[in-house]
Amino acid sequence: MNDSQRTVTLEDPCLEGLERFRDFAAHTPYLKGPEKLTRKLVDSLEAAVLRSGLKDGQTISFHHAFRDGDKTINYVVDVLARMGFQNLTLASSSLSNCHAPLIEHIKAGVISRIYTSGMRGNLARAISNGLMAEPIQVHSHGGRVHLIQSGELTLDVAFLGVSACDAFGNANGLRGKSRCGSLGYAMVDAQFARNVILLTEEIVPFPNSPASISQDQVDWIVQVEQVGDPSKISVGAARVTKNPRDLLVARLAADVIEHSGYFEQGFSLQTGSGGSSTAATRFLEHRMRRKGIKAAFALGGITGGIVDLFKKGLIEKVVDTQSFDADAAESLSQNPNHIEISTNEYANPSSKGAYCDRLDVVILGALEVDLDFNVNVITGSDGLMMGASGGHSDVAAAANLSIVVGPLIRGRIPTVVKRVTTLVTPGACVGVLVTDHGIAVNPNRPDVEARLRAAGLPVMTIQELYERAVSITGVPDPIEFLDRVVGIIRYRDGSVIDVVRQVKP
Amino acid sequence: MEITKEAICGTLESNDLLVKVAPRDELEVVISSAVMRQFGARIREVVEETLRKMEVSHGQIMIEDKGGLDCTIRARVQGAVLRGSECGELDWRVL
Amino acid sequence: MKKPRRSMLFIPGSNAAMLSTAFVYRPDSIMFDLEDAVALREKDSARLLVYHALQFQGYRGMETVVRINPLDTPFGLKDLDAAVRGGAAIIRLPKTDCAADVLRLEAEVDRIERECGREQGSTRLMAAIESASGVVNALAIATSSPRMDSIALAGFDYVVDMQTQRGDGIELFYARCSVLHAARFAKIDAFDVVFSDVNDDEGFLKEVALIKRLGFNGKSLINPRQIDLLHNAFAPTQDELHRAERIVEAAEKAEREGLGVVSLNGKMVDAPVVANAHRILELAKTSYSQN
Repeated sequence: MNDSQRTVTLEDPCLEGLERFRDFAAHTPYLKGPEKLTRKLVDSLEAAVLRSGLKDGQTISFHHAFRDGDKTINYVVDVLARMGFQNLTLASSSLSNCHAPLIEHIKAGVISRIYTSGMRGNLARAISNGLMAEPIQVHSHGGRVHLIQSGELTLDVAFLGVSACDAFGNANGLRGKSRCGSLGYAMVDAQFARNVILLTEEIVPFPNSPASISQDQVDWIVQVEQVGDPSKISVGAARVTKNPRDLLVARLAADVIEHSGYFEQGFSLQTGSGGSSTAATRFLEHRMRRKGIKAAFALGGITGGIVDLFKKGLIEKVVDTQSFDADAAESLSQNPNHIEISTNEYANPSSKGAYCDRLDVVILGALEVDLDFNVNVITGSDGLMMGASGGHSDVAAAANLSIVVGPLIRGRIPTVVKRVTTLVTPGACVGVLVTDHGIAVNPNRPDVEARLRAAGLPVMTIQELYERAVSITGVPDPIEFLDRVVGIIRYRDGSVIDVVRQVKP
Repeated sequence: MEITKEAICGTLESNDLLVKVAPRDELEVVISSAVMRQFGARIREVVEETLRKMEVSHGQIMIEDKGGLDCTIRARVQGAVLRGSECGELDWRVL
Repeated sequence: MKKPRRSMLFIPGSNAAMLSTAFVYRPDSIMFDLEDAVALREKDSARLLVYHALQFQGYRGMETVVRINPLDTPFGLKDLDAAVRGGAAIIRLPKTDCAADVLRLEAEVDRIERECGREQGSTRLMAAIESASGVVNALAIATSSPRMDSIALAGFDYVVDMQTQRGDGIELFYARCSVLHAARFAKIDAFDVVFSDVNDDEGFLKEVALIKRLGFNGKSLINPRQIDLLHNAFAPTQDELHRAERIVEAAEKAEREGLGVVSLNGKMVDAPVVANAHRILELAKTSYSQN
């Protein structure tokens, strides 16, 4: 036996190539130093960036749980610009109105490529009008994870804004000034990024729990003033719309669900965040009580409307990948049956298990629906990008019945068109279109059509809805486009389903 | 009908339009619309037809449209022209 | 079979957006208002909006009513021109106090129909009772003209005239009964007052239950949300529906067998009962959902 004083020299051919033990802390020197507990905390974002080893041409990533109240992306890109970075690929799960300052950084060459599920406002308009040399890649929520897993999108450094975390990086969206509820999108970046930098408003005592983002995923932590604007992150309790047109559509949507054939004990549902969608939950409540049934789970994109049904005992579990309002965030923090999931678990087609595959019915929005039930959620009637692919094509592909809702005419623009300007969700996935003028059922769902007609609902063909729309508005002149591609629409499996070209000036 | 003074009719609410008329030596129709690309041509057609029926051959007509349907465009243009003219009584045959 | 007239949706004649879209709510009748809903400065422009809206194909197949300004205002006669020439089915005359008011309106409508070539008699009249005078003269008003289509009670001005205010409904009791009896005697329809608190569904439904029991044909509404509530409240119950089906069946059987008398379960069923059964079946057809 060797005693502890002896210096060991191990020699043997079988040890070739293996490192010899030197010291218990040889590879973890911080265990001996004063920085053992604080080693991840960095004074400034610049310092964190240097430590991450980010180089020109690499990919930076962000999440969009703060929606239009986000302050993280602009702050980070400002710093990177000052540091002189160029040609970066920006991969944010989505972009909003507040990200207009990116325009300047794009012009200066800091950002040269973008992957996102959508964008709005001036940034969207500028890119649609040809700001970038390379077209942006527009993906769905699930599709983003697929692109990461397939290797096309390599996240070099993820900059994840959180309202609070501990000194090791355990973070959730449940507490703090800028709490946003579910960190579903951020969880994916934390899992797959090579380097993860947390920007946090608060450092809380260790250990912070639950850990949506875990300490074993986090490299560096920087404390900042603000990661988001609390007043814009969530709009308080989302009140049910009083707009009579939205209510009319919502009621019809609830009628469709009731007579869909899926309205049984243990069914599952997802609703969007639009006015008609949230109102539909109120109408559903009455129908669920009348039939004496409960839903096994609600998935989303969770709003206060869903939480309300949950609290009333009509929904067993709420599965949350994004909390749209304060009610949803609150419920997530209070109720064990309100579960947080990552986008991978939500909608990734190449995940081992996506929740959307288990959905019965989903209510979705649309900018345009064409005679083949194809849906456009990206380009407005003027041909400019203005919306988000989001989870639309993911859940439409997987759910048992997808119900698209919306007014037949917005202003003077018909929603039903001959051919969508941009194809995001293929018509084969869409079962029913509900408008204020009537309901159209995809001919590939004769079972549903028969049930809805038998229930006395106002069912007509989509051709009839189209005729009705243009008889009121007149037929719109088509938008003219140049050849140049400004956006590439990636279907959830990574394939290209459509392109967005630049509008003729 | 003759436009003899400046007049306004309509609103900038969604589905409506604001029409301003003023006396001019020639006929000048200026249109700006929230749905210019899709319906600009149609709006001009309706405005010009309405003016023709009212026998308005000169004046400046400025349209700021927020998605008004044809029936609203006719009503607002007629309203502005009537307000901008001296005649009190409507000749229904021209509407 | 007469179409049901449960819901009459008020639309301000000055609101271009509402005029362009209100038909989606499918009320039984739609009323374009040129009177109280329209500011004085916009009376002329609203008149034009309504004139064109009346011809808008969205309203084809829907019963259109226009509430004109009283004929003794600078606006009334011009409104009437626009309404009749535009093709309104019914003219609603506010503040109808006596039969002479109707006759004056009738004379003008006669003239305009002749001038514009509209079928004589095609424009019908609805008298709005808004004062004690109107209530007391309801019978004379209802029988004053073959053009009379219906009589409507307007609550707000009436209670002011009666020196009281809107409450649980007792303040309208006599007026409602008077208007109803006048309508039934003249064989025209009767419409009840507007319920103005759009957030009070319970109060609205209570009032609807009351006026349905009293026998009103329908009610004036100011918000599309009230339409479904009203239609569902007016929908026959399952029991009423079954009874009506059996009565109609018995009547058809009697017809086939050439019998002059309809009987059900050994009891004779009078003609008015059969007519009522038909009415109930018709009503049931138009209310498909129960909310």
